Amino acid sequence: MGRYTARRLLQLMPVFIGTTFLIFALVFAIPGDPIRALAGDRPISPSTVATLRDEYNLDDPLVIQYAKYMVGLVQGDFGKDYNGREVTDIMAQRFPVTIRLAVVAFLFEIAIGLVAGVVAALRRRSYLDTLVLVTTTAIVSVPTFVLGFSLQLLLGVKLSWFPIAGISQGWYSYLLPGFVLGALSLAYVARLTRTSLVENLRSDYVRTATAKGLSRRRVVGRHALRNSLIPVVTYLGIDLGALMGGAIVTEGIFNLPGIGQQVFLSVRAQEGPVVVGIVTALVLVFIFANLAVDLLYGVLDPRIRYE
Amino acid sequence: MSDTRKDARTDRVDTREVESRGAARDQSGTAGGEPVGELSGRSASLWADAWRELRRDRIFLAAAAVVTVFVVMAIAPILFTRTDPRACDLSRSLGRPSADSWFGYDLLGCDYYSQVVHGARVSVSIGVLVTLAALVIALVLGSLAGYYGGLVDAVIARLTDVVFGLPFILGAIVILTVFENRGLFQVTLVLAVLGWTTMTRLMRSSVISVRDSDYVLAARALGTSDLRILTRHILPNAIAPVIVYATIYVGIVIAAEATLSFLGVGLQLPAISWGLMISDAQYRIAEAPHLLLFPGLFLSLTVLSFILMGDALRDALDPKLR
Repeated sequence: MGRYTARRLLQLMPVFIGTTFLIFALVFAIPGDPIRALAGDRPISPSTVATLRDEYNLDDPLVIQYAKYMVGLVQGDFGKDYNGREVTDIMAQRFPVTIRLAVVAFLFEIAIGLVAGVVAALRRRSYLDTLVLVTTTAIVSVPTFVLGFSLQLLLGVKLSWFPIAGISQGWYSYLLPGFVLGALSLAYVARLTRTSLVENLRSDYVRTATAKGLSRRRVVGRHALRNSLIPVVTYLGIDLGALMGGAIVTEGIFNLPGIGQQVFLSVRAQEGPVVVGIVTALVLVFIFANLAVDLLYGVLDPRIRYE
Repeated sequence: MSDTRKDARTDRVDTREVESRGAARDQSGTAGGEPVGELSGRSASLWADAWRELRRDRIFLAAAAVVTVFVVMAIAPILFTRTDPRACDLSRSLGRPSADSWFGYDLLGCDYYSQVVHGARVSVSIGVLVTLAALVIALVLGSLAGYYGGLVDAVIARLTDVVFGLPFILGAIVILTVFENRGLFQVTLVLAVLGWTTMTRLMRSSVISVRDSDYVLAARALGTSDLRILTRHILPNAIAPVIVYATIYVGIVIAAEATLSFLGVGLQLPAISWGLMISDAQYRIAEAPHLLLFPGLFLSLTVLSFILMGDALRDALDPKLR
């Protein structure tokens, strides 16, 4: 296990460097001079430009810029934006919103997705099962921004059940956006649970358990469900990382001041350091979520051995 | 040893993705009910069998019909409407749907039905082009990685990981911002560059599962070249899961294009695209909900049809379900 973890960590290194370098190169390939963009229409003295270019290493070759950035990064320094604000400060301000949003989405996935999947599997071919299948297919087909707008219009504007935008009402304002963000994964979770449980309910050990005279509740809860949840848990783990990156659209529609919105604004404003910083943080979250899931996989399913 | 573990992981991720997108099809219960005796005596290649299944699958037929309608709409919108989508009259601004104009008018007073119909071209062409490009990349890289293994596999696997690690929408936003002018070509390029990873992993594990079969060993023993083994023996037997995913992927790409156009980093006006239309409508949705409803409906219907087709194809290609 320890050796496996070490090897995986080693494998992650090139992936991390490759991904961050890719994003670094792309961000700095965005046309236009960031310093000039910073000044806007006002005139800016050549010496100020020179100082700023020097401070942000803009005159170094790309690889050197990247290397300097990485040296800072391993010391926890994500750099500064062109207004002199620490990128870590910006992230500290923005991340809590996105994390709250992701948590709400995640809870929806577990609460609704799992229950719907289990119900559908236990009452296979019933009316409820069909309902779950049809609903999840429909959800998967509706792009997030269409779903977001529709629900905002219906539940926010017309019925006024939920706040239309912003986070002024605490956790309550995260309910609708959280549902929208989690909807797609919710549908996957429901289907995955259903498929997996249906398969396991047909297995030999379930038949054995039933033959031993165990109650239905115990057979399903203890034997079938536990094993069926392994793929679901792994999916949820990977999804937690993906939710953060997928929050751009949802945050835009509901005007939540999270990192998705920040990254979008920063790309527009050519704030390279902010974009690179946030994407790097997201890639880290994603990579470690994947690693955690891989390790968890072996804990959940003892049949899997890490050599 | 590290390789076997990696295989397990890749398989898990990939089947999960395809699985979870679909899983739905048991509902049509009767689909697999062909009597066994009838099968004997006929040519029973995988694809012939699948085609026989599909022809009697009502959901597949319905989805295929919808797709056909949208493809025709993309090629010849004139068959559906004679109104010019750019013939606008400000006095009709935000007009509600009526007998005159089924879908109402947009902010500039352009006929919305005509706009929505003309929007199909962009979605369908980007969906198909991106999928084809990603499919070609995936078939080449996946076959090489799966067949040769070792160093080739390791390099391709790391490359896949790097692109896969990039958050999709975020990566697309950053790359697309690099282009000053964004048209069909640029959007297609970016989506293809970001979108080949899952298919490559699928192809790789699929190739691995057939590369040691007897017929491959036989071909190799007869001195067949690697290229011929790959194209004539391995490809036809390994491609099925990738084709299934590619069908579903068309729908995913169409949704992604609309999302990017909606965010303002995809296609630009005056292009007509469903994503752009919804983006345009976003501040007027409360007063003119039809501006969201119709492009949203067409968009979702297109995505849905491709997903259902892929699901049906997967079930038809899976002999275990027969």
